[in-house]
Amino acid sequence: MEKFVTLNGLVAPLDRPNVDTDAIIPKQFLKSIKRSGFGPNLFDEWRYLDRGEPGMDNSNRPLNPDFVLNQARYQGVSVLLGRDNFGCGSSREHAPWALEDFGFRSVIAPSFADIFYNNCFKNGILPIVLSAAIVDQLFKETEASEGYMLNIDLQAQTVTTPNGESFGFEVDAFRKYCLLNGLDDIGLTLQHVDDIKAYEVKRKTATPWLFR
Amino acid sequence: MAGKTLYDKLWDAHVVRQNDDGSCLIYIDRQLVHEVTSPQAFEGLRMAGRKLWRVDANLATPDHNVPTTGQAAGVEGIVDPTSKLQVQTLDSNCDFFGVTEFKMNDPRQGIVHVVGPEQGATLPGMTVVCGDSHTSTHGALGALAHGIGTSEVEHVMATQCLIQKKSKNMLVRVNGHVGPGVDAKDIVLAIIGKIGTAGGTGYAIEFAGEAITDLSIEGRMTVCNMAIEAGARAGMVAVDDKTIDYVKGRPYAPSADQWDAAVANWADLHSDADAVFDTVVELNAADIQPQVTWGTSPEMVVSVDDKVPNPANERDAVKRTGMEKALAYMGLQADTPIREIAIDKVFIGSCTNSRIEDIRAAAAVAKGRKVAANVKLAMVVPGSGLVKQQAEAEGLDKILVEAGFEWREPGCSMCLAMNADRLEPGERCASTSNRNFEGRQGMGGRTHLVGPAMAAAAAIAGHFTDVRHLN
Ligand code: SF4
Repeated sequence: MEKFVTLNGLVAPLDRPNVDTDAIIPKQFLKSIKRSGFGPNLFDEWRYLDRGEPGMDNSNRPLNPDFVLNQARYQGVSVLLGRDNFGCGSSREHAPWALEDFGFRSVIAPSFADIFYNNCFKNGILPIVLSAAIVDQLFKETEASEGYMLNIDLQAQTVTTPNGESFGFEVDAFRKYCLLNGLDDIGLTLQHVDDIKAYEVKRKTATPWLFR
Repeated sequence: MAGKTLYDKLWDAHVVRQNDDGSCLIYIDRQLVHEVTSPQAFEGLRMAGRKLWRVDANLATPDHNVPTTGQAAGVEGIVDPTSKLQVQTLDSNCDFFGVTEFKMNDPRQGIVHVVGPEQGATLPGMTVVCGDSHTSTHGALGALAHGIGTSEVEHVMATQCLIQKKSKNMLVRVNGHVGPGVDAKDIVLAIIGKIGTAGGTGYAIEFAGEAITDLSIEGRMTVCNMAIEAGARAGMVAVDDKTIDYVKGRPYAPSADQWDAAVANWADLHSDADAVFDTVVELNAADIQPQVTWGTSPEMVVSVDDKVPNPANERDAVKRTGMEKALAYMGLQADTPIREIAIDKVFIGSCTNSRIEDIRAAAAVAKGRKVAANVKLAMVVPGSGLVKQQAEAEGLDKILVEAGFEWREPGCSMCLAMNADRLEPGERCASTSNRNFEGRQGMGGRTHLVGPAMAAAAAIAGHFTDVRHLN
């Protein structure tokens, strides 16, 4: 997994609540057995005017000019600004895979759905919760000034606007540690093999019917 | 000291170790596996040279991609090459790693969340995970069950554990009894309408109250299934006699010599009388009417007697825009009576409503009636091969076919339209599934979520109608 330490990134606003993982990456692309290559189909149904299918040449497809990520000023974005309950719905990790493949490294919203939030950390994406009022302010500023960038510092847990205004955010210590160091948690968990084995012995005695 | 909630008990029983920041390593008793969210996990294991920690804790079946006709041909019968490859990949991974899999032509194959309880593979007191958000379904048995992403699927395969932070406790109590013709789906849609799709975020929800204990285990699964639609990763119901009766005799249930010890162990799987919840939500069952969603989020729901709401009455600007976008997508005018909305297709199935009780409810409505002429397709998709067999043994398939429904083979089908069953742009569907998101049942398709009896009634009438007053 790629580390996340600091990011100074162009911001794109996606102004709707309840953006679900079906919208982030529609189901037909979930047929892939790979982890990569989902970026061209990120937000497929909003981004293109035709119906997308796996294996199509996306460069020839008609783009929806109204969709935010198709606008010239948002080319090269790495920070996505969203509204409440971002990433709700299906647990598909293809959603963060698609965001990451497209170039996003951080999503800022007033609230996230649990599974999506969790999946982001496994893929080097930092999801940041800021209050609805602050997010609203960031929406206004992003829309008002072309080339609007935010500076995100995971170590300091801050988001800083171009005029120097800074907002703190919360993140679990363990997740922060993994993201800062680009660590995969299977390796970390396997440091506790003895604990797992000891637990299993106890459990086998207490509830043997679970081991058959 | 205050007593423990059911969630506290399930959690505490599975803590392997606690980390400094309060996150825990939680032991997982059962992992269910399907073809969509597992290939990258298996690949990760292979690349790292790892094996499954406990092969017998995993159970697999393909469901999302399988066609709902011609399953006897097995995987070779899948026309779409990418779908076929995904199912073949599951087959070969399960063979390679030694995981038990109910393959396509096995009568036990079906939707993972129908198959698990049906086999007794998900049991009271277990922790259950699957790379699928509707894993919350299994909480109906008094288990701690939730969906996970593919990285976590791999983590569980490799370590039998998950790293988790404990959620907060929410109690949703539905007091009193629902009226005739109101089912589990109506109850859970009413709950989501009340607390919203983010209302349960960060919580594990326990469903309780007479209206919940009145439900069969199947009905409780319908309720817990949609806990995720209320934002909660896990939903659960305390164990009672119905739970024990349901589990008894199933293939993976405790054997005779362990049965009494298991039942004794399960007796504690309820919240203590003095347990404290972080949030308590109460509903009055008598107020719940048959529900129909009108928008593109399950919280956009009203009673069948109501009208499509008017965004002009919404003060919150973000919500108002959301409503306007939803109405535009759904092709609906504000203030239209729900009963005047005509439909093109009907889908009865999905892990929410494809168990035998759901098929019976649909057949009871269909009996002696005909699907309306304007309905292009009304399909019934049983949740597993065994549900299908049971329904056929009861003659339900004949009743449905006689009425003009199509009787299909088991799978997820038009719940998410990864196989050939889908809506075309602009088509409107009465669906017993769980998500009415844009494009969920096919690009441009319009989904209205309802219970199985209401879906069958809509098929007969050609538009939404109160199943309690169907002619
Ligand atoms: S039936 Fe629908 S919701 Fe359930 S597992 Fe299948 S696709 Fe997911």
